[in-house]
Amino acid sequence: MKVYPIALNTFREAIRDRILYLLLFFALLMIFTSRIASLLTVGEESKIIIDVGLSAISFFGVLMAILIGITLVSREIEKRTIYNILSKPIRRYQFLLGKYGGLLLTILIMDFIMTLGLLLTLYFKSGRFELHLLLAMGLFFCELFIITAFAIFFSTFTTPILSSIFTLAIYAVGHLSWNLLALKERIASFWGKALCFMLYYLLPNLENFNIKNEVVHQLTIGWKTVLLAIGYGISYSVVIILLATLIFQRRDFV
Amino acid sequence: MIPAIEIKNLYKSFRSGFFLKKQLVLHNLSLQVQQGEAFGFLGPNGAGKTTTIRIINGLSYPDQGEVFIFGKENTNVGVKARVGFLPEEPYFYHHLTGWEFLDFYSQLFGYSRRYRHKRIDFLLELIGLQEYADMQLRKYSRGMLQRIGLAQALINDPQLVILDEPMSSLDPIGRRMVRDIIIDLGKRGKTVFFSSHILSDVEMVCDRVAIIIGGRIISVGKIGELVKEKVDFHEIVLEGISTDKLVPEFEVISHETNRTLIKVEGEEGIQRALTFIKVHKGKVISVNPQKKSLEDIFIDEIRKGGERE
Repeated sequence: MKVYPIALNTFREAIRDRILYLLLFFALLMIFTSRIASLLTVGEESKIIIDVGLSAISFFGVLMAILIGITLVSREIEKRTIYNILSKPIRRYQFLLGKYGGLLLTILIMDFIMTLGLLLTLYFKSGRFELHLLLAMGLFFCELFIITAFAIFFSTFTTPILSSIFTLAIYAVGHLSWNLLALKERIASFWGKALCFMLYYLLPNLENFNIKNEVVHQLTIGWKTVLLAIGYGISYSVVIILLATLIFQRRDFV
Repeated sequence: MIPAIEIKNLYKSFRSGFFLKKQLVLHNLSLQVQQGEAFGFLGPNGAGKTTTIRIINGLSYPDQGEVFIFGKENTNVGVKARVGFLPEEPYFYHHLTGWEFLDFYSQLFGYSRRYRHKRIDFLLELIGLQEYADMQLRKYSRGMLQRIGLAQALINDPQLVILDEPMSSLDPIGRRMVRDIIIDLGKRGKTVFFSSHILSDVEMVCDRVAIIIGGRIISVGKIGELVKEKVDFHEIVLEGISTDKLVPEFEVISHETNRTLIKVEGEEGIQRALTFIKVHKGKVISVNPQKKSLEDIFIDEIRKGGERE
């Protein structure tokens, strides 16, 4: 179990990083102030709090995943701490898996704290715990599987700044990629259709994990949708981490 | 006996610059380090020492050639458990305390908690940092970092210890400590392979050295042999003879007011000079044997290398 100490060390490094707390502070601030924003509406207060709260969690959650994910792997390479680790009896893929595990653990805990903040804000408003929010959070965490995997993937071969830009781009594209299917229907040319089709399956579709509207308006969500989204999140991350391992395996540390 | 390190015909190049021009940094490098010896890997900055060490440790891959550690391929995970490594100018996790840092590395070897604690306490005492065990590494001085780096290299009680410039950034006390640790490792039958550009460090602790310049091994051997091969000239300081008279006969190094410094080679040279001074009614101030140090050999080789190119 050599992955475990690396994951633990990654977690330890991440939670001792001040940036994390700064982001957490702003996220909680935004969640709590959503209570004030809700006063502007009549009868829809809870909906506003949920809407603003989930958006805050999603925005700051992604920011945490990108900032910490990228610095933690690139820093090892840039600061050459990686020389020490890789000269020990561990394999390179174990190192990457450890990093990934540690990051997911950090992000899970941060998400948990933010969700708790949102639940409490709602509790003070309506007097009950809106537990159906947990499903939205769970799916959002699956989205972070993919974002974190991409953050690690990019940082195995490029600089921290480029990695952040690429990962942010993936996040943006991932939320828009479903449009490709609609576009495919409107394009006449075969190659155009083929390109849309290929890109749609190549790029992640992060809208699969977005059930915010359903949660805000308390619509029913089918289990099939949820399970498919979880399966999609896990398998997409596995592929990205595998690709990252392949690149990392051949990387020359000079 | 199987050599501790066996390097066979290593080639390595880097691409750099806008047009990614290929630059060869290691040329057909072969080397054998026997088990139980302290081996010095000497060369000026940029000679290829660190590149070689990174290839040995499997951090970098050669273009061509092979590296074996205790007869097995260097990338073999099992073999890595028998090796300790201290990189050049090591950087560590600043967020960890000295103790946590050593514990982290020892966990990578899968040791039991009890063994880890015993080993860490022993190493902290060895490097004299027990008092700072609970301090975060960000507060450590460079010398302290170098020491804790050495401790992590010894965490698995390795059979082979590879140290890249272990003495750099250390004060005299730290240098002495590292030297003593290397000597002690040798006594316990461990193999030590270490690089340096500071010759006096190597002279004192190494059984054999290899000199690498421009990515090629220039010579390998016992220090005694390398130095003996190329020794001996004398410098004579004399008074009362003008340089005009001396120049046709001897190599004059310097001349100040009345005193002249000449260089003569061999016993016969000394005799000839002394007779010459006597005949010309000069006065001998001193005769100083000048043994060539490793440093001179180094500089000679670099010069020769320059001429070759």
